[in-house]
Amino acid sequence: MNDTRLKILTFIEKNSRVDIKELAVVLGVDEAAVIKELNDMESEGIICGYHTIIDWDKTATEKVTAMIEVRVTPQRGKGFDDIAERIYKYPEVTSVYLISGGFDLMVMLEGKTLKEVATFVTEKLSTLETVISTQTNFVLKKYKDHGTILTKQYEDQRIVVSP
Amino acid sequence: MRNPIAKQVEEMKPSGIRKFFDIVSEMEDAISLGVGEPDFDTPWHIRDEGIYSLEKGRTFYTSNSGLMDLRKEICNYLDRRFDVKYNPAKEVLVTVGGSEAIDVGLRAVINPGEGDEVLIPQPSYVSYEPCAVLAGAKPVIINLKNENEFRLTPGELLEAITDKTRILILPFPNNPTGAIMEKKDLEEIAKICIEKDILVMSDEIYAELSYNGDHVSIASLPGMKERTILINGFSKSYAMTGWRLGYACGDERIISQMMKIHQYAIMCAPTTSQYAAVEALKNGDRDVDMMREAYNQRRRFLMNAFKEMGLPCFEPYGAFYVFPCIAKFGMSSEEFATRFLKEEKVAVVPGTAFGDCGEGFIRISYAYSIEKLKLAMGKMKEFIDRL
Repeated sequence: MNDTRLKILTFIEKNSRVDIKELAVVLGVDEAAVIKELNDMESEGIICGYHTIIDWDKTATEKVTAMIEVRVTPQRGKGFDDIAERIYKYPEVTSVYLISGGFDLMVMLEGKTLKEVATFVTEKLSTLETVISTQTNFVLKKYKDHGTILTKQYEDQRIVVSP
Repeated sequence: MRNPIAKQVEEMKPSGIRKFFDIVSEMEDAISLGVGEPDFDTPWHIRDEGIYSLEKGRTFYTSNSGLMDLRKEICNYLDRRFDVKYNPAKEVLVTVGGSEAIDVGLRAVINPGEGDEVLIPQPSYVSYEPCAVLAGAKPVIINLKNENEFRLTPGELLEAITDKTRILILPFPNNPTGAIMEKKDLEEIAKICIEKDILVMSDEIYAELSYNGDHVSIASLPGMKERTILINGFSKSYAMTGWRLGYACGDERIISQMMKIHQYAIMCAPTTSQYAAVEALKNGDRDVDMMREAYNQRRRFLMNAFKEMGLPCFEPYGAFYVFPCIAKFGMSSEEFATRFLKEEKVAVVPGTAFGDCGEGFIRISYAYSIEKLKLAMGKMKEFIDRL
C-alpha cells in the first residue's frame, strides 16, 4: 500500500468526518489525489463504511449488547464460511468473527431487550444444525470502543501558558 | 534590615510569559495557544513502568549520574537515532529535565567574574540568559533573523565571537520559532567553533520533532563531540514534562565536572522517572512516530490557515511552534497578544518573551488538537480582519 493511502486511512479511521480539503492540507497531499485515493479505496472495498461511535448508555434508548461464543461443525469444502453467512445475515448481528481457541465464531449482537437477544439465541442460533453450542455473554458496561474511551472525556490539565 | 536579595537576582527580569499566564488564568473560557508542552498524556506503557517501580519499592536514590540501565539506553538511543556514540559509564549525566543540564553545564564551564562570554542566539528559550548570568558569565545575544528562517548563520556567529567567548548555545529545533539547523548549516558552525576553540551547548530537546528529515546533532560532526555538551530529555519526545527528566552527554572531562555540581545540588534525578524513561527508550519509538505525525498535521494546518488569512510566516520544520510576523499591523507583539486575548479570548505568547528580537512576532503552540486550532484560527481571522 502506498504511503498516501496509509496516511489517509490512519487519519480517517479516527475521524471520518474530516472535510476533504482539510484532510489534504494536514496530510500535505494534493486534494485531487486524496479524492482519487478515497474513491479507489471505496470501490476496492478497503474503506467499507463511515460509521459513528455512539454511547447509547448516555441516551434514553435501551440497547442490549451480547457477545456469543459459538461452536460449530465446519462443513466439508466450505469450512466456516457458509455457517458464518447464515448468521451474519440477521440484521441484529453486528459482527461475526472466526476465532482461534476454545470456540469458533464470535457473534456480536445488538437487541432492544434481554428477551430479544435470548429469543435470537434459542430460536435462531441454537437451532442451526451445524451449531454445537453457544455461550451468551452480555455486555454490562462499555469502557472503550473502537479505540475511543467512552467513560471519560479529555480534559486539558496543563497550565495555560508556559515557556 | 539590609536588602536580603543578591544584586544579580534582583536585576533578573521576570519571565515575560508570567503576565499572560496571570491574565489567562482569570479568564474562564479562553483558548490558550500558549502552552510549551505536549497535549498528549505520557504513553500508558511508560506510566505503567513508573507505577510498577513504585510497587516494587524502588524509592531510593539512584547513582548520582543516573541508573546505569538508563544511561545505557540513552547511549543506544543517541547512537541509533543521531549517530553519536557515548560511553554510558563516563559521558552521560541524567538530570532533572533539560533545564538542570543547561544550568549545570554552564556553571561547569564558566569562570565566574572573569568576563567569560556565553553566546545566546535569540529568540530562544527563556532560561539560557539567566542561567548564564547566575553562572557568572556575560551573556552575548545573537539576534537571529526572519529572513534566515531564524537559523544561526556563520556570519552572525563570527561577528559575536571575542577572545572571551567560552561557549555557544545552540537551541535547535528552536522554541519559539520552530527553526531547525540542517547538516550543511551545522557544518559551517562547527568549523568556526573548532577554529576559535569554542564549546557548544546543543539543546536538542525537540530533536524528535523534526519534520523535514531527521534531526542532525552537531555532536555527530567530526571534531565536535569533544567540545559539545549535548542536552536532550524525555519531556517533548515522550510527552513526559512533569516527570522532570533530561540528560547531558559529552566528553568525560566536562561531564565528570558537571556531575560534581549535580551531586551536591540535586543528588540524583527522580528514581520513578528514571525507571519509566528506560521503558520509553526501549519501547517508545512508535509513540514518538505517532506524536510527530500528529504535530506535523497540525503544523500544516496552521501554515495553511496563515496563508489563507494573509499572515506572513516562514515555514518552521521543528518543535511545535510557529512564529508568524505581525509587524504589519503596527502594534508591538505585546499589544497584539494582549488585544487578541482581550478581544477574542485567545492566548498566544508575544515574541519578545524570548528576546528583544522577537519583536514583531508571536509564538503559537500547536500542542493542541486540530479542532481547537481550527476554532482559534477562526478567531484569529476575525481579529486581524478588524485591524
